[in-house]
Amino acid sequence: MSSPTPTHDDVVHSEPFLRSLMRRQLSLSIACAATFLVALLGLPLLNYFAPAFMATRVAGFTLSWLILGILFFPFVWVISYVFIKRSLRLEEEEVKEARR
Amino acid sequence: MNLPLALLNGVDPWIFGFSFLTVAVTLWMGFRSAKTSKTASDFFVAGRSVSVGWNASAISGEYLSAASFMGVAGMVMSSGYDALWYPVCYACGYLFLLLFIAGPLRRFGAYTIPDFAEGRFDSPLFRKIAVCFVLFIGFFYTMPQMKGAGVTLAYIFPGLPYWVGVVLVGAVITFNVALGGMKGITLVQAVQYWIKMFAISVPVFVLMAVVGFYNTQIGANLAAGETAPPVSSIERKPLVEKAPKDSAWIAPFGPLTTKAVTAAASALPAEQRPAFLAEHQKPYSLLYTYSLIIALVCGTAGLPHILVRFYTNPDGVAAKKTTMWVMILIGVFYVFPPVFGVIGRNLLPELYSGVGAKGTDKIVLELPTLIGAKYGVVGSILSGITCAGAFAAFMSTFSGLLVSMTGALAHDVYGRMLRPKSGPAERMFAFKVAAVLIGGVAVTLGCFVEPLEINFMVGQAFAIAAASYFPLLFMSVWWRGMTMKGAATGMLTGGLCALGAAALTNLGTLALDKGPMGKIFAGFAPLNGFWAQHPLLRILCEQPAIWTVPLAIGLMIFVSKATAAQVPADIRMKMLVLHAPEKLGLKQEYIQEHQAGAGH
Repeated sequence: MSSPTPTHDDVVHSEPFLRSLMRRQLSLSIACAATFLVALLGLPLLNYFAPAFMATRVAGFTLSWLILGILFFPFVWVISYVFIKRSLRLEEEEVKEARR
Repeated sequence: MNLPLALLNGVDPWIFGFSFLTVAVTLWMGFRSAKTSKTASDFFVAGRSVSVGWNASAISGEYLSAASFMGVAGMVMSSGYDALWYPVCYACGYLFLLLFIAGPLRRFGAYTIPDFAEGRFDSPLFRKIAVCFVLFIGFFYTMPQMKGAGVTLAYIFPGLPYWVGVVLVGAVITFNVALGGMKGITLVQAVQYWIKMFAISVPVFVLMAVVGFYNTQIGANLAAGETAPPVSSIERKPLVEKAPKDSAWIAPFGPLTTKAVTAAASALPAEQRPAFLAEHQKPYSLLYTYSLIIALVCGTAGLPHILVRFYTNPDGVAAKKTTMWVMILIGVFYVFPPVFGVIGRNLLPELYSGVGAKGTDKIVLELPTLIGAKYGVVGSILSGITCAGAFAAFMSTFSGLLVSMTGALAHDVYGRMLRPKSGPAERMFAFKVAAVLIGGVAVTLGCFVEPLEINFMVGQAFAIAAASYFPLLFMSVWWRGMTMKGAATGMLTGGLCALGAAALTNLGTLALDKGPMGKIFAGFAPLNGFWAQHPLLRILCEQPAIWTVPLAIGLMIFVSKATAAQVPADIRMKMLVLHAPEKLGLKQEYIQEHQAGAGH
């Protein structure tokens, strides 16, 4: 029984609405996760293939230490800020669509 | 001389005073808050009026455990660069939680993972399976907290054996939880965050002002290929023999990730060693790094005691803002512990030769006393402050874990499985018995783990969560084809494999201990011989996430496809509740239909 009671609003309970809902949310999440993962998984690769470059000194730190120990945190804050802004806007749009 | 007086010999009054004050204030606040909100529903409903700032502080306060406060610094000191992955991934794991899990779970209205497991698959059986993992992950997480307690007490009372500290702190907290104090109250946890933040940052700034800043302290270490360190103004103490060399410590793929290959190389004849190391060291260490990253990032998204707090937000918008603030609060915190490790390497290298409670895990407590040489009592006061922070760290996390584990045992195992017809009084009694039982097991386990690093043990708890709860949550939220059998098979197999691997690793490490633990676990010594032959297996055992997480997800897909007929009938409605904006009010609709359906 996919629509048990007749009072259901058709747009909200329709299959296309759910599909577009999940697809749009997931693609936003995946886009943000991909940005994060490129940096997170790329850093070990840089350490592996360009050790001399990553050992460059920046004010006493090695470049690699500076990135991982300090710069990574603000980078993640930026991603989460962007995600939250966009996902709130997406929800607004979805509500409008459902009530149209 | 009687024993209590002998113990007070060599105790610094400032350090003792600050620590005692923290314990007393925490217990008092716990009891006061517990009086005003007694039941779980009080906690949740009252929590819904909590502002974003308080709630974010409370989540951060519960999250930052002894591993964050003491363990990260100790591990950065002992292993260098590679240990930085821990604080970074502890903080960044929250991003995964935010991106994929927090929003849908909040809309679904499941307070705990067992609640979600039951609601998503309409299966009380699955709830019971999910409850088991609350206990598995919980025990792995309590062990490092107990070590933190033992180390801190052994530091405050220099004559005290490690295990006495574990038993004492464990008993006090268990007693407190059993009597109804400290039920994870928002205010207590929020204050704990600010105590920890104050206790880690103030000593760091004072230390850096006196002995030299973070960057100059790192600059005093010589990297590979350099002829002289960039900074020569730091007066370093000579390193002891057990300390890693500068070039290995400061660079990636250092002692932490190459341990298995080094052990394997030392089992070979001397002339084969260089070739073996050149061939295997870096690739294996890259594998270790990736596996560690997967465990920590996915594990954060599956920690049982963290998700609960997302429901104390008034709405989804506040929940997202809270997560943002949590990431800022814990991110700022995690910049500081590595500084202790770095300065400790330069100024307190004698800790490298200490073992157990006397090793690098106590660097956060001991380092501030160095200032005492120049500024007298300031050193003691600062050390007192870090001790207070350490107490705040292991007390808040241990009591939070104890409450959720006791709740699982008393409510789910006793109340639903053993005696479904028991009354409220019997259940209260069961809660107390369960608290004492779990506290007792945690203390016993804690006594054995002195030779293991705090941070490493927390990493293992994350690895188990990453292979059990994370695949469950991630797949159930985003794939409607999941069946109960698929979810259960994947979660059980992945989680138990990670659990077994972690246990084997610890048994092997304990067998190597020079102290009493080495004798108790001597039977597992052959394990280390086996791993010396197969360093790759050792790494996959020490950091299992790289194979257990894909295994769990793969099994979930495979078994769900095979049992596709058993997908819950109202799956579209469930998915709508998980994903549609809360403004559409689908949750209320879902509850009404569910109750109507259950009545027929």
